[in-house]
Amino acid sequence: MNWITGLAFVLFAPIIGGLIAGFDRKISARLQGRMGPPILQPFYDVGKLFEKETMVVRKSQRLYMEFFFVLMVFTGAIFFSGGDLLLVIFAFTMAGVFFALGGYKASSPYSFIGAQREVIQMMSYEPAIMLAAVGMYMVTGSFQVSSIVAYKHPLILQLPGLFLAFFFILPIKFRKSPFDLAASHHAHQELVKGITTEFSGRTLALMEIAHWYEYVFVLGIGYLFFASNVWLGLLMVLVIFELLLIVDNATARVRWQAMLGSAWIVALAAGGLNIIYLMLVKG
Amino acid sequence: MGMLSKSPWVIHYDGSSCNGCDIEVLAALMPRFDVERFGVVNTGNPKHADIFLLTGSINEQNKPIVQNIYDQMPEPKVVLAVGICATSGGIFRECYNVLGGADKVVPVDVYVPGCSVRPEAIIDAVVKGVGILEQKRAAYLAAGKA
Repeated sequence: MNWITGLAFVLFAPIIGGLIAGFDRKISARLQGRMGPPILQPFYDVGKLFEKETMVVRKSQRLYMEFFFVLMVFTGAIFFSGGDLLLVIFAFTMAGVFFALGGYKASSPYSFIGAQREVIQMMSYEPAIMLAAVGMYMVTGSFQVSSIVAYKHPLILQLPGLFLAFFFILPIKFRKSPFDLAASHHAHQELVKGITTEFSGRTLALMEIAHWYEYVFVLGIGYLFFASNVWLGLLMVLVIFELLLIVDNATARVRWQAMLGSAWIVALAAGGLNIIYLMLVKG
Repeated sequence: MGMLSKSPWVIHYDGSSCNGCDIEVLAALMPRFDVERFGVVNTGNPKHADIFLLTGSINEQNKPIVQNIYDQMPEPKVVLAVGICATSGGIFRECYNVLGGADKVVPVDVYVPGCSVRPEAIIDAVVKGVGILEQKRAAYLAAGKA
């Protein structure tokens, strides 16, 4: 366990995550032929939300968001300090559960449907992440992130199927098209704002910062597939992110049935075959 | 200057307009004018919005809706009456069912006449509205401390 990297995550992940969100909006705007906002726009947004009045339907809905925030920070801190990957995944799931519960608690129909979709999204991405952890264990012989990073060869060579499954669920975690069902970020508004509808002011700002932590953590899992070389890893994280934006701008949204079905099929087919291959080879 | 002026989120409500002004509002969001350059996002959710952008005249049917949207917006907030119908009722002013402009229901901060308004005028109005937003924030903070 390396506490320094964990602490560095807690301190710097909001900055990196905010910049990721800023580049996201800029690049998306360029892909749509627009100028786009400044790179620092997400920071302005969050700063503004701290200046606004915080309206709540029920006071407890803020508590759920605070738990979501704390658990998200905890997840990333354990991950980046080289802790147990299984603990990381369980904490990550807990964070997601609190996020969904916050949406349920607000008891508005839009927020309610958003929360239901959030739960379905969790069902969709869980298998891919769990199988990725299992695959990494089968190759490196350890669930410790520090040992996985220390493995000599890039994991992608032995885990191409699991990487495909991971990339497939990435739009869910980044709340992007084609799987942007629960939150309907920015200009999409068919569910008003989905799960975030009833949150405003500081609570919304806190949620946004938690999402920045989440971005960095999820890209960190992507980094694990290329972790044998630091520069290769960072380069591939950028490539993954760029591909994600292109997918986001090139696709329409799908219904939740299609999301759940396709995510499971890809996770079980590509990921499952990958694991069977590992079992046969490693025997 | 606070962050408020750098990230004005807008909610757009169409009262009973002919859609001319609404198309111009959308034109302001499109690549040619792209108001997202200034951080403007069309949120569609009153609880996230700072600026209430109202087009079309007010009648008995949409009066409670406009009131409701206004009440749901967190302080500080600004109302823009976009188009001549929203400012005064326009050519529908004399209709038996039309009450008049947006200021019959909610306090309007910026009036933007025109039939239909040009996107430039809408962007100008949002910039004016952002200035008022800053003043209101100062007043809001002063009231909160007192």
